[in-house]
Amino acid sequence: MSERVAIVGYYQSRCEPEKREDHITDLVYEVTSGLLNKIGMDISEVDNIVSCSQDFLDGRTISNRTIPEVEGAYLKSEAKVAGDGVQAVFYGMMRILSGKYKTCLVVAHAKMSEGAQNVIANAMFDPFFQRALGLDETIAGAMQARVYLERYGISEEKMALAAAKALSQAEKNALVFRGRKTTKEDVLNSRMLASPLHELEVFAPADGACALMLATESVAKKWTSSPVWLKGAGVSMDRYYLGDRDLAEARALTEAASKAYKMADIINPASEIDLVELSDYFSYQLLQYPEALGLCGAGEGASLIESGKADADGEQPVNPSGGVLGGNPLCVSGLNRVIEATKQIRREAGKCQVRKQVKTALAQGSYGPCGQNQCVMILSAI
Amino acid sequence: MPETGIELLEIKCPANYPYNYSAGKLLSFFFRALRDEKKIYGRKCSRCGKVYIPPRPACGPCFAPTNEWVEVGPEGILECFTVVYFSFLDPMTGKKRPVPYGYGLIKLDNASTRIQHFLSESDPKKLKVGMRVTAVFNEEREGKLSDIKWFKPVG
Amino acid sequence: MARRAGIIGTGQTYHKSKRRDVNIVELIYEAVSSCLKDAELDIADIDAVIIGNMEHFEGVYNADLWAVDGTGAFGKHAIKITTGGTTGASVAHAGFYHIASGMFEAVLCIGWEKQSDGDTTAGLIFQSDPLFERATMSGAIGTFALAASEYMNKFGITEEQAAKVAVKNRGNALKNPYAHLRKAITVEDVLRSTPLAYPIKLLDMCPTSDGACAIIVASEEFARKKSPNKPAWFKALATRHDQPFNSDLPLLINMRSLQSAAKEAYAQAGIINPLKEIDVAEIYEPCTFAELSWYEALGFCELGGGGRLMDSGATEMSGELPVNPSGGVISTNCIGATALIRVAEAAMQVMGKAGEHQVPGAKIALATGFGGSFWTEITILEGD
Repeated sequence: MSERVAIVGYYQSRCEPEKREDHITDLVYEVTSGLLNKIGMDISEVDNIVSCSQDFLDGRTISNRTIPEVEGAYLKSEAKVAGDGVQAVFYGMMRILSGKYKTCLVVAHAKMSEGAQNVIANAMFDPFFQRALGLDETIAGAMQARVYLERYGISEEKMALAAAKALSQAEKNALVFRGRKTTKEDVLNSRMLASPLHELEVFAPADGACALMLATESVAKKWTSSPVWLKGAGVSMDRYYLGDRDLAEARALTEAASKAYKMADIINPASEIDLVELSDYFSYQLLQYPEALGLCGAGEGASLIESGKADADGEQPVNPSGGVLGGNPLCVSGLNRVIEATKQIRREAGKCQVRKQVKTALAQGSYGPCGQNQCVMILSAI
Repeated sequence: MPETGIELLEIKCPANYPYNYSAGKLLSFFFRALRDEKKIYGRKCSRCGKVYIPPRPACGPCFAPTNEWVEVGPEGILECFTVVYFSFLDPMTGKKRPVPYGYGLIKLDNASTRIQHFLSESDPKKLKVGMRVTAVFNEEREGKLSDIKWFKPVG
Repeated sequence: MARRAGIIGTGQTYHKSKRRDVNIVELIYEAVSSCLKDAELDIADIDAVIIGNMEHFEGVYNADLWAVDGTGAFGKHAIKITTGGTTGASVAHAGFYHIASGMFEAVLCIGWEKQSDGDTTAGLIFQSDPLFERATMSGAIGTFALAASEYMNKFGITEEQAAKVAVKNRGNALKNPYAHLRKAITVEDVLRSTPLAYPIKLLDMCPTSDGACAIIVASEEFARKKSPNKPAWFKALATRHDQPFNSDLPLLINMRSLQSAAKEAYAQAGIINPLKEIDVAEIYEPCTFAELSWYEALGFCELGGGGRLMDSGATEMSGELPVNPSGGVISTNCIGATALIRVAEAAMQVMGKAGEHQVPGAKIALATGFGGSFWTEITILEGD
């Protein structure tokens, strides 16, 4: 049987609304050199690199052309996944499983402060039917929120509560910038961006980078005594036009999760997964995504949150890091979810560390309007 | 294969994507030196000693940090050149770039890598690989690469 | 456990300067349908879709999402890999990794570009560093013109030798029904064509094309059970990136990423004398001078010997190692597809499916991809 693949190290930089002192190369070098120094790996031991960034976010037609030197790709093999960071980890895993490489550096970056985000997001919509409507990710998300709320008879207050808990939890995470004690009233009183989503329910553009190192089983122990194993992974894609989709359901996420569960031999995710780090770009995803992941039944996401089961000291913590709402840029957000789940398993999450033992964790990332493309990974201590 | 005889339509999207690119600490030093001192600096690798233009935080082959500023130029050797004759839409200005113009790669004295810049000369018969050129600075400078107007042949 | 992976089908559109009759999604669908037909498979047989292009050319961010109905990726594992001009090769290599990892059985790899939807030169300039290169950058034409000046000066390469590359490739394209430019030219035609940037003239340079290409990469088990075609097996692959600025690089006087990748690929494939042991090569030549330089970096001749190799006729269809029987990039360039077309054409050669431009008895084929800051992706395929 093939060797397994493990995460043997990670490094994160603090995400901020604007990191003016840093050029993109500074952002990336900080996390790649930081990672290698931290685990005691020499650049010659990095067999290949998978990066994650987007041309449109960077304002550069080949976004990984800025960073070859600082990601260690000088006369090395590198490939860029132009999607989300979790997918980049999955692709790195495949490259090692192919037998060609023993180690893989996975790095993500984004400097969203450099671009006009609404204009950029609008460019994701096709020129014929959706772009002229002025759609961006927030407006598309708002429509999905509306359909979801109506389908299951959930009040807007319940979404706001989820956002409030997320932002309050994020205060414990020194690496994100939006954390503070927040009530659901604070959320409901924040500026309405696109009904029903208020400002505090929507992700904020940010600058940041992070990196992790994958290694095959036979060499993993060289760099860490606590490797975190990649037990399962799955990706799926939904339809494109918002009108083609049943927006009340996160269909692609359910499909991606089911592939990952199958690979990891998970039959009952609600009881077999100790901790979840999901990419909450919007508050409603904190309700909808646990349902799609099978952590609770359809329409029960709000009750899950109200019950406290998903709190940091609950039975099945969701986003003890504060999640994406806490302040993470695109691309980096997914990779940070994998890293945060890794930290929890290794008990290295500092103030965010949950008390219960975490043996099996789930990390999820997505890209595209209303999370059209979804990736789920299962991480394990053994 | 394409059908003929039907009316085919298109949608025009004149795109305007404004970006503000952060220079960061290192490049800001470089551009301030162009603006305030009319000096060009390269950044030296802490391991192999190569002096890089453009400046950067790390040397790729060594994967080691750069740690020192080294003054380079203003003279150097023209190692590559061309004269451009075809006009095209310049995304920097939104207009067609006026032609002809010469540009090239110059290995500045004391630098290990080359710099890409315009040349004062646009007759290819008057340009030669290996000739010495020197930077000509603008009177009005803003802290951008165009503070150097172009490179002109020496002597 | 690492598994064998082979290409079991290929498809391309008929590449043109402007496909006004299709939108992006439809263009992709044409290549995908053609590929599925070639492999005698249904989209339901495919368990992953890998796609790439250069998004600023068409001005559509995450175009893979819009293209879902044309790629067949709905409900499937779908991933986008973009690495500039090498994108097409990156998606082919990703196909290999998906299969070799043991996690997938048959994956569809798609490269595409609808250059006419946007402004190609503006898109290429937008690729350059905004603080140092963008004000002077003059498209791929300017970059190769600069590089050619140094290359000619150092090794005495002549414009005539470069022109012969165009004559060869454009001549070969006459036998490739998919090629964009299909008109024979002479050395005189090239030398007298419109100067673009000294010493590059119009006929030294590749066109911009609308086009898409798709291949299916499968496991051995799947290939034997479900496909009528003899697979083109991945024998070696190698990728090299380089420093970020064109001004850092030796450019044409030593295409070092190609040299380094070739070393690894040849070692993996057990090739010692490439000129003798490779039967056919599809190499990514954005301009005539580049093909001469690539001969050197690939070890077909010594550094500086590219012009003489061209003169010798060794790379003509009748020569020892035919290069670019498809007509190459000089005849067709839909950038996101171009590197994949090289892989597809190499596969067609060792599968015996290259029609009128078939190199008889081809068993080992080499394909290269070029892009970014002079990056390289090499693929060596072996016939079944």
